[in-house]
Amino acid sequence: MSDNKTIQTGSTGSSKKMLTAMVGIGVFCALLIVLTYEGTKERIDTLKAEALEKAVFNVLPGITKTRIYELTPEGTFVPSDGMDRTKTVVYAGFDDSDTFKGVAIEASGQGYADVIRILYGYDPSTQTVVGFYVLESKETPGLGDKIEKDDNFLANFKALDVQLNADLTQVENKVIPVKQGGKTQAWEVEGITGATISSRTIGNILGESTAIMAPLVYHQRDSFKVTPDQK
Amino acid sequence: MSAGITKNPEIKAVPSSTDEFIKGLWRDNPVFVQVLGMCPVLAVSNTAQNALAMGLATAFVLLMSNVLVASLRNFIPKQVRIASYILIIATFVTVVDYAIQAISVDLHKNLGAFISLIVVNCLILSRAEAFASKNTIGKSIMDALGMGVGFVFALFCLGAVREILGNGTFFDISLFPDSFQAWIIMILPAGGFFTLALWLVLFNFYKLKKAKA
Repeated sequence: MSDNKTIQTGSTGSSKKMLTAMVGIGVFCALLIVLTYEGTKERIDTLKAEALEKAVFNVLPGITKTRIYELTPEGTFVPSDGMDRTKTVVYAGFDDSDTFKGVAIEASGQGYADVIRILYGYDPSTQTVVGFYVLESKETPGLGDKIEKDDNFLANFKALDVQLNADLTQVENKVIPVKQGGKTQAWEVEGITGATISSRTIGNILGESTAIMAPLVYHQRDSFKVTPDQK
Repeated sequence: MSAGITKNPEIKAVPSSTDEFIKGLWRDNPVFVQVLGMCPVLAVSNTAQNALAMGLATAFVLLMSNVLVASLRNFIPKQVRIASYILIIATFVTVVDYAIQAISVDLHKNLGAFISLIVVNCLILSRAEAFASKNTIGKSIMDALGMGVGFVFALFCLGAVREILGNGTFFDISLFPDSFQAWIIMILPAGGFFTLALWLVLFNFYKLKKAKA
């Protein structure tokens, strides 16, 4: 009887010790993570914003400043601070004389390894895609990551045709991927042999995104123009 | 009788702190001898910069977790020790993840998911379980430093070879004329296995030669 009591006391003591140890370590770890998060948050946000801004300048040649616009549920674009990450935003680009040069649009799709996030530039005056940049990709080094480096592939996006149809309601010819050497039309994205899935993904992402965004941006291209009081 | 006491094989010399450091760096190198933590070794050693960053991140987590585990070794009951070690390691990995993001977005992008995978790096958990939980803070620090530097050294050896042959560069500096055809296979996973095999052959050949001498 007394033996049982001794065993029970020992077991309770051990349980308390286990609980104390786990809770104590848990609280310490939580505190350390929160402190690190708070300490680095500002710097990380700044670096991410800088990287995105760099990418916007990359996909819209000739611009010197950008402004963020968000897409409203009514399908219009209004100036935004870009803080609300749930909203679809576009980055309008302007040259030295505040002339509107086009918008940079984010899009994504499933690649070979993981989701590929891209940014592309659309110029409503020529109705073409004028630049392309990979924001996030985990494609195979040396193969799939050619979508970021291959000069021939990147040449697809110097003037990729996304002309609207006669009644200006949708893209006349949807952007489609074709195999390397098979490009015959201005709206085709020539793929890369050895990075077939990754390069096809880019063609498909652009096809899907431009089909929605090109008509929207084209119809509201005047809303991006800088008014005298905005200068 | 007295000779019997002095030559007793049961009595072992207590390793000094320097021995603990050298052990990880060379004699029991985590990659070239123990062949531990192969996931980041093979996946992120495609360039010297990535290898160095991953090595340093792992070494930092190893050092901090060893310090904390050694400090709390009398406080953590053995029944919950593995859960506690994993919690400690995961915390420092999260800290490193934020730190790398705050240093460079590109570097974080290059290392990708492998930063998070440091949590399950068997090198770190094995040092916590086999060493830090049984030794003083000082010795645990020396052990972590030795193993950490040994891991960085090994990763750098792999990364340098793979980048030079697979990209024709070293820390992004071009080493060869334009006519050089890069060996793409070296920066692919297969290249990681080839390079590791070559380093293991070299390392063991040297050790064998030294042992015979």
